[in-house]
Amino acid sequence: MRENVLWSLIVVFVPFSLVSIGGGPSIFAGIQHQSVEVYHWVTAREFIDLFAIARAAPGPGSMLVTLLGWKVAGWTGAVVATLALFIPSSLLCYGVTKVWNHYRGRHWHTALERGLAPIGAGLILAGVFAIFRIAGAGILSWAIAGIAAAILAWRPMLNPLILLAGGAAAFAVWHGLIPY
Amino acid sequence: MNPARTPVSLLSLFLVFFRVGLFSFGGGLSGWIYREVVTLRGWISDEDFFSGLALSQILPGANVTNLSVYIGQRLRGPLGSICALLGLVIGPFFAVIALVTAYAQLSATPWIQDAMSGAAAAAIGLLLVVAAKGAYTASRRLVPFLILTATFVMVGLLQWPLVLVVLGLAPISVAFAWWQASPDA
Repeated sequence: MRENVLWSLIVVFVPFSLVSIGGGPSIFAGIQHQSVEVYHWVTAREFIDLFAIARAAPGPGSMLVTLLGWKVAGWTGAVVATLALFIPSSLLCYGVTKVWNHYRGRHWHTALERGLAPIGAGLILAGVFAIFRIAGAGILSWAIAGIAAAILAWRPMLNPLILLAGGAAAFAVWHGLIPY
Repeated sequence: MNPARTPVSLLSLFLVFFRVGLFSFGGGLSGWIYREVVTLRGWISDEDFFSGLALSQILPGANVTNLSVYIGQRLRGPLGSICALLGLVIGPFFAVIALVTAYAQLSATPWIQDAMSGAAAAAIGLLLVVAAKGAYTASRRLVPFLILTATFVMVGLLQWPLVLVVLGLAPISVAFAWWQASPDA
């Protein structure tokens, strides 16, 4: 029974690992379908809670699968689910990266690198936007992000933990003074 | 192959990514990686970082895990990738499990949720700095600047599928860079 559960974690998450183009958000709907409706690992309500926890915790949002594994089979489940999601895509990425770095210095490589750089920067900008949209952030979040960015631009060596603590304090105090 | 003057030690690679993994609330991970690897340590160049970031986003898998594999490979080969990836994931692995076991108590305490939203917002500030840096680098030439703007508008505002947008824009952008870098251009 236990081996079966671990096996189904692998069977479900390995394919998701290889199709998660654009990162975690692209596979959350599929993971929800499999773990709630197909395998009944968690209820729909529990899934939403786990999703929120994975977002609040540090690290990539796809640590959601760690929590699913944990719910299903404790520590072993957590390890198996995490490895199943991260190893296949990382191996693929390693292969591509190795080829990519091997041809460093060639004319076409330089062109690819310079050509991809503005797209990478544009994607970061879009990512900032998407995070705020998902979080349903208000004006205060934007203000904190803007101030944090300004401080970092001014003092690049400042430890960001200070900014995180400042942001946390500002938010808690603000909402303490002005109730919802 | 190895761009660093003295090779980066596997331990420091692990530790840098461990710190990034553990303290990156709210999705500012690539911003934090940029700061640690490019701004503070100069392990790789700006262009290296941003092109690696674009690769990481096109390939399947979480962007930050791919970016860690990329940077690890660039600096120290296969062991570098393993150290960076392990460092990145191991802290959050225990953090999410700790959080899920404490969840019932935490969700009953409103100010903790506010504090976490605030920390997440500040983390976005890290990303904004990286975006500004990329925009500044790109805006020295017209075509890269237009490509950056188009990427942002299509993916960020119009919410078109990321992979299709990248596959559509990359050939134009690369063709321009090819022409720019040609000796006879």
